[in-house]
Amino acid sequence: MTQASLGQSIVQKEIQAQNNGVSANVTHTQPLWLLAEVTYRCPLHCAFCYNPTDYDKHTQNELTTEQWIQALRDARRLGALQLGISGGEPLLRDDIEDIVIEAKKLGYYSNLITSGVGLTEKRIQAFKDGGLDHIQLSMHDITEEINNFITNTKTFELKKKVAAMIKNHGYPMVLNVVIHRYNIGHMRQILEMAEALGADYIELANTQYYGWSLVNRSQLMPTKEQIDEAERITNEFREKQGSKMKIFFVVPDYFSDRPKKCMNGWGEVFMIVTANGDVLPCHSARVLPNIEFPNVKDKGLDWVWNDSPAFNKYRGDSWMKEPCRSCAEKEKDLAGCRCQAFMLTGDAEGADPVCSLSPNHHVITQAIEDSRNPVIASKPIIFRNDKNSKAIIAGELNDRVKDFHALP
Amino acid sequence: MSVQQTDIYAIALHHRFQWEEAQNCYVILFPEGMVKLNGGAGEVLNLVDGKRTVADIVAELKAKFSDVLDLESDIVGMLELAIEKAWLRQIN
Repeated sequence: MTQASLGQSIVQKEIQAQNNGVSANVTHTQPLWLLAEVTYRCPLHCAFCYNPTDYDKHTQNELTTEQWIQALRDARRLGALQLGISGGEPLLRDDIEDIVIEAKKLGYYSNLITSGVGLTEKRIQAFKDGGLDHIQLSMHDITEEINNFITNTKTFELKKKVAAMIKNHGYPMVLNVVIHRYNIGHMRQILEMAEALGADYIELANTQYYGWSLVNRSQLMPTKEQIDEAERITNEFREKQGSKMKIFFVVPDYFSDRPKKCMNGWGEVFMIVTANGDVLPCHSARVLPNIEFPNVKDKGLDWVWNDSPAFNKYRGDSWMKEPCRSCAEKEKDLAGCRCQAFMLTGDAEGADPVCSLSPNHHVITQAIEDSRNPVIASKPIIFRNDKNSKAIIAGELNDRVKDFHALP
Repeated sequence: MSVQQTDIYAIALHHRFQWEEAQNCYVILFPEGMVKLNGGAGEVLNLVDGKRTVADIVAELKAKFSDVLDLESDIVGMLELAIEKAWLRQIN
């Protein structure tokens, strides 16, 4: 799965714009966006994947078609509107067609988030007939070399074919490109490629460091200068080509002074149902200590969203500590990302260390320094695959995770 | 972009306009995003159907909300915003 809806996603920006910056009232939260991570199995092995590094535990206990359909119905009743069907690679399941039909029937605006591997003429036709609204395709680079390297697979030619297939079926072309050290120097060419493919939307998602990308942080992180240059090129391109292709540039939080308003607030608008049925308020919430996340096999989504201790834990601001609690800007970012705070500092209620006001901000400056340290940065990339997941679970790659307060 | 009385608009491609019971408002859905429309904006876009002209829409809403002053400029303003946001496409 790509990093499309992490942090400052587009849906959040729209919602924020609508609320005129007034934070949603705790009692009026609604899971407007439902992300169905239907499987953690994936034919790609991307170094920047945000999926949990111990995903191998969850490849054998996936929800059934009936359980997914029930979850879709329950979430819709709670007000869910945007449905993302993601993974892993969702197309590894053969019931996506059934899920799409149900989503249409229920009135969702549905989005298949895919690497393109497994998308055939037959399947895309079935999705079109079933009422799937759009397909978001991950692209990695303009060069075959970098695409194949970073995904650890030979998928470059296939992606171009799939892009054409999406276009031919009258779908809007929505591309997601995760940006990292290996492709950030190709920003102009990536934008030109998107334009040539007829993209309607392109999201340039600077890598955020969760899951596999956290393990590979020193290997993936570009420099501040590279990011500034990438943003400059993006703005220049945007000006030149007008509004034909919407370009979203997701700013990387490590290089910001203030944290992102992660997920637009805990339990505010997002709900994720994972492959095994765990329900989470954000992608990596399972790293947090002392929270039991409900599972759709045991609990209805109404209870999960409204009443579960997990979803209420970080709503509002009464849980905040200093310096956030009395900070004039707390409504803007709600103290940032809980997972990042815990993973990097060991304190789940503390300020996101990305914030320059955080007493732990040095962990971020250190990470940036490490990524420029040739000895550290030249350690091998740990690609996202079953073998490495098993090794991480078994504690064999301890050297790469020991600095974090939970397994990424 | 200035809206003319004879213009006819429809909801843009890849966008969906629908009533949402759970939110008690109209919404526009599109790839990667959604917008909740406030009451007035929803009423205007609900009449944008690829058949009615702007003049038709104004006349219908004037009949429905006869007590509202300066309704026409509100409606045109809303349409201009929707065009600028690319929620609408012009048919004629």
